[in-house]
Amino acid sequence: MITKRIIPCLDVKDGRVVKGVNFEGLNDVSSPVTLAEYYSNCGADELVFYDITASSDGRKLFTDILTETASKVFIPLTVGGGINTIEDFDRVLKCGADKVSVNSGAIRNPDLIPEAAKLYGDQCVVISADVKRVDGVFRVFAKGGRENTGMEAIEWIKRCVGNGAGEVVLNSIDTDGVKNGFDLEMLDAVCNAVSVPVIASGGAGCIDDFTKLFKTLPKVDAGLAASIFHFGEVSISDLKQELKANGIPVRI
Amino acid sequence: MLAIIDYGVGNLFSLSCSLKAIGKESVITSDSEIIRNADRIILPGVGAFGDAAEKLRSSGMAELVKEQAAAGKPLMGICLGMQLLLDKSFEYGEHPGLGLISGEIRPISDVIPEDYKIPQIGWNYLKFNKPECPIFKYIKEGDFVYFVHSFYGTDCSENTAAVTEYGAPLTAVVWKDNVFGCQFHPEKSGEVGLSILRAFCETEGPQC
Repeated sequence: MITKRIIPCLDVKDGRVVKGVNFEGLNDVSSPVTLAEYYSNCGADELVFYDITASSDGRKLFTDILTETASKVFIPLTVGGGINTIEDFDRVLKCGADKVSVNSGAIRNPDLIPEAAKLYGDQCVVISADVKRVDGVFRVFAKGGRENTGMEAIEWIKRCVGNGAGEVVLNSIDTDGVKNGFDLEMLDAVCNAVSVPVIASGGAGCIDDFTKLFKTLPKVDAGLAASIFHFGEVSISDLKQELKANGIPVRI
Repeated sequence: MLAIIDYGVGNLFSLSCSLKAIGKESVITSDSEIIRNADRIILPGVGAFGDAAEKLRSSGMAELVKEQAAAGKPLMGICLGMQLLLDKSFEYGEHPGLGLISGEIRPISDVIPEDYKIPQIGWNYLKFNKPECPIFKYIKEGDFVYFVHSFYGTDCSENTAAVTEYGAPLTAVVWKDNVFGCQFHPEKSGEVGLSILRAFCETEGPQC
């Protein structure tokens, strides 16, 4: 039986790991390479590196760090942030990324997902959607959650999957950073709309939030979090033991 | 020296890094002399079977790999590289493979329940049909490896060395003499994956 994946997310700016609350107020935490090795040894099933750098200098630092990580950590690496073109796919894949997640880039350029899927395969393309309720409707936000695109989220995600995205990361802006649990209602809506793996993001505050996620929504494939892992509030090995004790299949 | 066959399919950075991590020198190459002089060969691959099989053939690599395998050199196919070892694939049409191991590639949707997701992405465990397979030397049944695939090998009969359970038993490892194939990615399967690569690097061939 395939196991539920636990995925720490490392937001990287100028070569350092940072994590904001509701995407604002960044705090420096640690070295991405050190953290990646640590998480891999603790039983993380996959790692996400999210590049939040805007400058080209920062981008170079990011790819250097990615290369160094990929040469030391032998679990799947997903890279996101600043992926706007096929050249961006090429750049990070050559540095050792296995999957590439697109967000604003896919909103700006509707051809990005189909072209990337054709070149690198569906399994390589992840649609990462930042979604927030606006007047009771799930809306897609762009630019790191700052700009309402006005698009209805479920239709948008379905279209991306139809175009070749092989996996969905659903980040609920409503629960992100609040540490009060994943957005089960939003996740349920997405799981019912697509047949590819869905990764839950935004809102994990404790071990019970993951247990509740996988118990309530067996269709969710993975749980992603950042700060609770980085600050040691939740250890990945404890988390997986607890999930196993609750009958949820995990790799231990 | 291990030769990783470069025929323009997929990203080989992680694979060469993982070999380096177990102390095995490797070279990514399409040079037939280097491949002939290598002590073992890995055939990697991601993407669609038809394109990859065509690239293998047009680059001359298909004949070379078959010649080397016939000479007894240890060969490992990974993911699509494993699928290419079999007779043929039904991924978008019908395409011939290398025919080094008997069997066919068919969509997993043929055998898995409807509510299972495609592709299978993630960590699943190995169930041994042939525990004596040399590449299992340092791992045990039930160990987890990382899969990403929508197609699988079927009718591999006695050459199926391990399966994984995804609503149905899916071929995970094929093995015939000096030829091995892993449907999963050992280079992305943590310590277990490195142990599989280490054991492969210790298998005996004529030039070892």
